[in-house]
Amino acid sequence: MRLLNRIPSPARALFLGALPFLMVLVAYLIASDMRLAANPDDKLLPSLSSFAEAIQGFALEPNKRTGEYQLWTDTAASLTRLGLGLALSAAIGLLFGVLTGLIPYARVTLSPFIAALSLIPPLALLPVLFIVFGLGEVSKVVLIVIGITPFIMRDLALRVAELPQELLIKAQTLGGSTWQIALRVILPQMLPRLIDAMRLALGAAWLFLIAAEAIAAEDGLGYRIFLVRRYLAMDTILPYVAWITILAFLMDMAMRQISRRLFPWHHVGSART
Amino acid sequence: MTTLSIKHLWKEYGDQIVLENVNLEVKDHEFVTIVGASGCGKTTFLRMLLGMEQPTRGTFLIDGEPLPAEPGPDRGIVFQRYSVFPHLTVMENVLLGLELDRATWLGRLFGEKRRRAIAETEAVLDEVGLYAARDKYPAALSGGMQQRLSIAQAVIKRPKVLLLDEPFGALDPGISADMHQLILKLWEEHRMNIFMITHDIKEGFELGTRLLVFDKVRLDPQAPGAFGATITYDIPLGVTHKKLYTELVEATSRTERFNDELVHPA
Repeated sequence: MRLLNRIPSPARALFLGALPFLMVLVAYLIASDMRLAANPDDKLLPSLSSFAEAIQGFALEPNKRTGEYQLWTDTAASLTRLGLGLALSAAIGLLFGVLTGLIPYARVTLSPFIAALSLIPPLALLPVLFIVFGLGEVSKVVLIVIGITPFIMRDLALRVAELPQELLIKAQTLGGSTWQIALRVILPQMLPRLIDAMRLALGAAWLFLIAAEAIAAEDGLGYRIFLVRRYLAMDTILPYVAWITILAFLMDMAMRQISRRLFPWHHVGSART
Repeated sequence: MTTLSIKHLWKEYGDQIVLENVNLEVKDHEFVTIVGASGCGKTTFLRMLLGMEQPTRGTFLIDGEPLPAEPGPDRGIVFQRYSVFPHLTVMENVLLGLELDRATWLGRLFGEKRRRAIAETEAVLDEVGLYAARDKYPAALSGGMQQRLSIAQAVIKRPKVLLLDEPFGALDPGISADMHQLILKLWEEHRMNIFMITHDIKEGFELGTRLLVFDKVRLDPQAPGAFGATITYDIPLGVTHKKLYTELVEATSRTERFNDELVHPA
C-alpha cells in the first residue's frame, strides 16, 4: 500500500502525536541530569523538583512582599491587555475589511494607505506609542492593535472580494441597498472568516504583548520572564513559557468551538478546523 | 403588462465586437429561450438585461423606459450556481427578499410583520416544493433543490422579468424535467416575462414561446473579434419546420457532435 493511503488508527495517532513531546521531555531530563551531576548549582537546566518548588512558590502561595498570587495576577494583566487588543482589532478590521472589500470608492481610497501601514514594523513604533500614550496600559493595547489590525483588514477585504459575484447580483435583484447588503449578506458571511483571521493573528498578538511588557510594565507574563532573566531563573521562565503556550492553545481551541457553534453553515461539508 | 424594446444594440469591448445590431421586441408574458454556440454573446445579452453591462450603442427599453444601469427587483435572476446565500436557511433565503423591501435600516422584520412575511414565504416554498426543507442550510440541499430555492427567491419579488442563465445545465435529466414543469407553472401563475439561456436546444424548444438563436453572421478567421453576433433566428414556437430544427441542433452543438463521433467511431 502507498504511504499516502495508510491511515493510522485513532489510538496510534494519539501515541504518534504524543511522541515528539515525550522525546523532548526525555532529552531535557537526560541533559538536565548530566549538567546537575557535573555541577549541583547549575541554573540552566533545572530538575523537575526545582520546577515543582518554583511553581509552588509563584502559583500556589501568596507573594511574601505583595500578598498576591504572582502567576494569577500576571495572567490576569496579560489576558486583559490581549483581550482588549484582540477585540479592538476585530472591530476595526471587520469594519474596514467589509468597507474596502465591498465599496470600490472605499477600496481605492483606503487600500494603498492600509497596504503602506501594514508594512511598518509595529515594534519600531513602540517608542512612539510610549511617548504618546505613556507607559501605562494604553500603549500595550495599541501596539497589539497596530500589529494585527492591518492583517485582519486585508484578509477580510480579500474574503469579501472572494464571494461569488452572483451573490451580490442576486442580493441586488432582491431589492437590497448597499447598506442592507453589507448588513445582511456580507457581514454575517464574514464573521466566521473573522474568527479564522483572528486565530491566525493570535501568535502575532502574543508576540506584541510580550514585547511591550518586556520593555515597560509592572506585571504580566512577559514582564515576569524578562524580569527573572536577570537571575537566570530558568525554573520560573520555562513554566511561564509553557503556561503562555497552553493559554494560546486554549484560546485557539475556544475560537474554533465558537465558530462551529455559531456558524454551522460555514463548516458544513468541509473538514477545515 | 411588461414589454421590452431593443433597437440597434451594439456591445463592444475596445476593438472586439461582441454583439452587433441586435433588434428585438418582446410582448407581455413571453417565454423567450436563447441558444447559441459558446462565446456568441448570449451571456453578454443577459448581463445587459440584468444591468451589469451597458450597451455601447442603441436603445434598450423596458416598458418604454431606459433599462436601469444596475440590477433591481423588477428583474429576477437564477444563475447556474452560487445564487443562494449559504449563511441563511431555506426559509431565511426567501424571507430576505421581503425583509429588504419592508425593513429599510435593519433589513430584518420582527413581531407581527415577521409572522406575516413568514406566511407569504411559506406559501412560495410550498409552491416550489421546498416547504419540508425550510430549516435546512443550502449546503445540505441537492443541486436541484438549490435551484428551486433560487427560483423561489426571485418569484417572491414578483419581478416583471425573470432571467435564467443555464439554470438546469448542471442537473440530472430527470430532475431538469421536474424543473421544467415548475418553471412553466410559475410562468403561468405569475405572468412574468422569462428569458432563459440554455445549451440544450431541445429544452429551448420545449419550454419557450419563442426561440432566439445568437450567432455570428460574418466571421473573419484572422480577427475573430472583428464581427459580433446577432439574433440570426427568431422563431415563434409550435410551428417550426423539422429541417430547420435539425439545422439548428447542428449549428449550436458543434462540441457535442464531436463527442458523439468519438463515442461511435463507426
